[in-house]
Order: sequence, then structure tokens, then C-alpha cells
Amino acid sequence: MAENAQTQGPQTTGHVWDETLQEFNNPLPNWWIWGFYATIVFAITYWLIYPSWPIGKSFLPGVFGKIEYTNSEGQTETWHWNTRAKLLKETEEAAALQKPYFDKLASLPYDKISKDPELSSFVVSAGKPLFADNCAACHQSGGGGKIGSYPNLTDDNWIYGGTYDKIQETITKGRHGYMPPFAEALDPAQIEELANYVLSLSGEKADPAKAALGNQLFHSHTAACFYCHGNDAKGRQDIGSANLTDKVWLWANVPGASDQAGKVAEVEKVITGGLNRGVMPTWEGRLKPEQIKLLTVYVHELGGGK
Amino acid sequence: MKFSHEILETNAGILLIGTMIAISIGGLVEITPLFLIKDTVEDVPGVRPYTPLESRGRDIFVREGCYTCHSQMIRPFRDEQLRYGHYSLAAESKYDHPFQWGSKRTGPDLARVGGKYSNEWHVQHLNQPTSVVPESVMPNYPWLAKTPLDYSDVADRLRALRTVGVPYSASEAEYQANVKQFGAEVANTLRIDKAQENLVAQAQAGNYDGDRSFVSEADALIAYLQVLGTMVDFSKVKPEDLVKYR
Repeated sequence: MAENAQTQGPQTTGHVWDETLQEFNNPLPNWWIWGFYATIVFAITYWLIYPSWPIGKSFLPGVFGKIEYTNSEGQTETWHWNTRAKLLKETEEAAALQKPYFDKLASLPYDKISKDPELSSFVVSAGKPLFADNCAACHQSGGGGKIGSYPNLTDDNWIYGGTYDKIQETITKGRHGYMPPFAEALDPAQIEELANYVLSLSGEKADPAKAALGNQLFHSHTAACFYCHGNDAKGRQDIGSANLTDKVWLWANVPGASDQAGKVAEVEKVITGGLNRGVMPTWEGRLKPEQIKLLTVYVHELGGGK
Repeated sequence: MKFSHEILETNAGILLIGTMIAISIGGLVEITPLFLIKDTVEDVPGVRPYTPLESRGRDIFVREGCYTCHSQMIRPFRDEQLRYGHYSLAAESKYDHPFQWGSKRTGPDLARVGGKYSNEWHVQHLNQPTSVVPESVMPNYPWLAKTPLDYSDVADRLRALRTVGVPYSASEAEYQANVKQFGAEVANTLRIDKAQENLVAQAQAGNYDGDRSFVSEADALIAYLQVLGTMVDFSKVKPEDLVKYR
């Protein structure tokens, strides 16, 4: 009996190491075996359905139907299933759904668009992701901008104009704000006088004597501020020079300064160093004309569109 | 002698060779067809090797590990196309060694970030990302704009890329071939003998970090970021032609 039990014991592979160390040959569990066979069947089915095996300089296109799409000449074409063909078809389908809205958007003049409730809600829903993707990086997600860097789009203060046409021009062509540095043309005392004058223009606290001298400088040919900012210091939207008489600050962070000296220093910084920043990229290459028109309406509706 | 498992298992050398053969079958089946199938790399105009400055910027991109959070691969899905732009083509990374497709997006995909933001935005963003994107979790990289770019070995780097097939020109004949393929303007930027000169000239002209007094690492990185995804003019490529490459 004892001998019998030993021959009935587990099967071994016949490999023996170090005299007694044997390798058992237990069968794999059935669920595992069938799972393995299933993956093989799956793989072969997958090869047949999708583009797969290479054959010479080409490959098996797969039998997973054809994809039908419209080419750029307007003709219907079919191609074997692949993700690019599928994307093209899906893009065309989505564009067809949006087409009535975009057609209407393109055909209507700007002032009529905002009066059409259906089109307005399309502008809001389609404009939101466009704005978030393309504009929010600078102008922030709500369009509030950032003092010191990027203009606020929700107020009614417009650097280059807040009409539909001007907004469209800004988005299409981009902008490049420029103010020359005055560090060499003026001495520090003059710059301080000018800074006080600029602060006084918008009702900020300023040294009256210095502001009066700054006023003279502003309108003199030495500093020549009025060339760009105008005699009334209200700026010129055709060249993008700032209106200095309102309480909106973009480059000089006056609202963020803790004391009077800080406010003066903020304005002085801009006069001394000038500005060669304020670059808004051009979007005509990146966005389609209808997307730009849609964003124009969206930005106009954000706040103080004119 | 009868072949058995025992022969493999008791001879390390044979086991090694057998293992290599078994593994290489998988590799060969997947990789060889890509060299044979003509459609792998799309024939689109505009793709060129990076200029010396962009190439150094790319090195900094790799050094700082940007690829661990940013992919450079827009997949051909509708949501990705809407979010990031036209899907990436194989041709667009044919001069990338190694490619920066990445495998994880903690931050957004960068394959078409070129031209999307101003240089100034990039400077501010690299310095302190939360100052422009409040919800960002990207670390600050304040040293980039302060650190002078080491471009002493840029010619050697281009030479190394040339040995793996990027057409930087080391001779007059190669330069002429580049003029033919890319036009004179681009061909000039690919001259290894003028690498340093071209790098400084581009940094001066582009003034990427807003400071012309020296060439910083930010200059190089921003020059690189601004060219990403901008080489192919998709208005000149028919979408159905790209479909047929797959």
C-alpha cells in the first residue's frame, strides 16, 4: 500500500536537482486555461476586424466596415476603418449640426446677433470652451484680467476699442502695446512729478505742487506724453494708448500698492521703463473666421461692449 | 542528441541566446513593418529640424522633466482635437530624438502650444505659473530666466543628432542638399559650423525672455515652446490625404 501511494503521488517533470529536489508538474486550473484560450481567440478576432498584420509594404486593412466621409472637394470617399477617418467623419457630423448656427452667425450683422435669443445662447455655450482654451490663460477664466499684465475684459474700459469691429480686429490680428522708456529723457525728479500728475488725473491722492509741474511736463515737448495720451489724457484707442483719467489700472498696480509712496513708485516704474509688453498673439491662423466672430460676440457680452 | 528542456536549463549560454531569439520575435514583428510601410511618416511640407536655440531649449525641456507632466501627442479624437488642435502627425516628430510624446497629462498637451501665448506670458508662467493660472499645480522655474544658457557645446550636440539622421549640415554638399529640401533660410540655421552664431542671433532677434543682455535658458526654452506644432501649415494639407496614411 505504501508503495502504491508513492506512485500515485503528484506528477513530476522528471527534473531532479541536488539529489532530491523535484519539479512538480501540476495541471493549471481550468479557469486559467480557458481564460488563456479566450485571449487567443480575442487576439485573432481583433486582427481580423481592425487594421493589423503587415504584409510587405502594406498591411491588412481589417474587415470592420468602411468609413464614409466627405473630402475637401465635396465628394464622398470611403476608406478602411482607422481613427483618422473616424475623426474626420465625426468632425463633419458635428460641423453639420453646428452649421445652421454658424451660418446664421456669419450672415447676421453683429448688433442683430445679441438680439436673437437662440443664437445668443449658442454664443454663450460654444464661446465658453473657446474662451477657456484660448483666452483664459491671460485674461483669466472669467475675463477679469490681471493688473500688471493682462487687460480686464469685463469692464467698459477698452484700450483698442470695444466695438464689435474693434474686438474682432484685436482677436484676428493681435496687439502689441508699446510705450517708450523715459529713463534717459527725463530725470528722476521729473518722473516723480509726472507720476503725481498721473495719479491726480484719476482722483488719487497726489502732491499738488508736484502734480502741477507734472501737468506742465505732460503737455510739454520735453516729455511729450500728450502725443500719445492726448491733451485730455484720455488716451487714443487707435494706437492703444491708455486713458489715464479713469480709475482702471493695467500696468501700474496702483490699487495693489499699500501706501502713497508705493502708488507713486508703481507709476514711476512704467514711465521709467516704458512698455514693450502687452503682446496679444494673432489668432487668425489658429481660429476659423466663424470662431473669431463667435468669440467677438462672447467678449463683447462679457461686460462693457460698446 | 535529442533537444530537451534540460539542455536549455543547464546551459546558461544557450538559455541566453534562446531567450534573446524569443523576445526579439516580438520586437521585430512590431518594428520592422514600420520601416517597410511607406505610409508610416506622412509626406507633409514644412517640417524641419530645430534651430540650435530651439534644440537647446528642447534639451532644457528634457532636463527639467517637463515630459513627466506634459505630453506632446494629440490623438485623433474629437475631444482632443477641440481642446488642443489638429492631431499630431508622425512627420512632426521625425527629427525628435528622443520624441517627447509623453504618457501622462498632469498639465495640458503641448504639441501645438507654439504661438498660442506671448513670450511675455511664458516668462511669467515659467517664473510662477499660479500668477497667470491660479489653479495650476506646476512648480515654479524661476532660475530659467536668470541662468545663462550654456551653448559652448551646441555644435557637438547637433553633430550627435546628425549621426542619428537629423539633417544638420557638416559639409558644403549637405548644406546644398538642405537648401534644396528646406530653402536657404532654414538651411542656414542647420549649419553645424555656424551653430553658436545662429543661436545667439536668434536669441537676440527673438528676445524671448525680454532681456537682451544675455542668452538665458528661458530664451531657449521659450523659442522651443513657440515653434511646437507650428511647422505644418494645415490649411495646405487635405484632411483626407492624412486619413490615407493609416
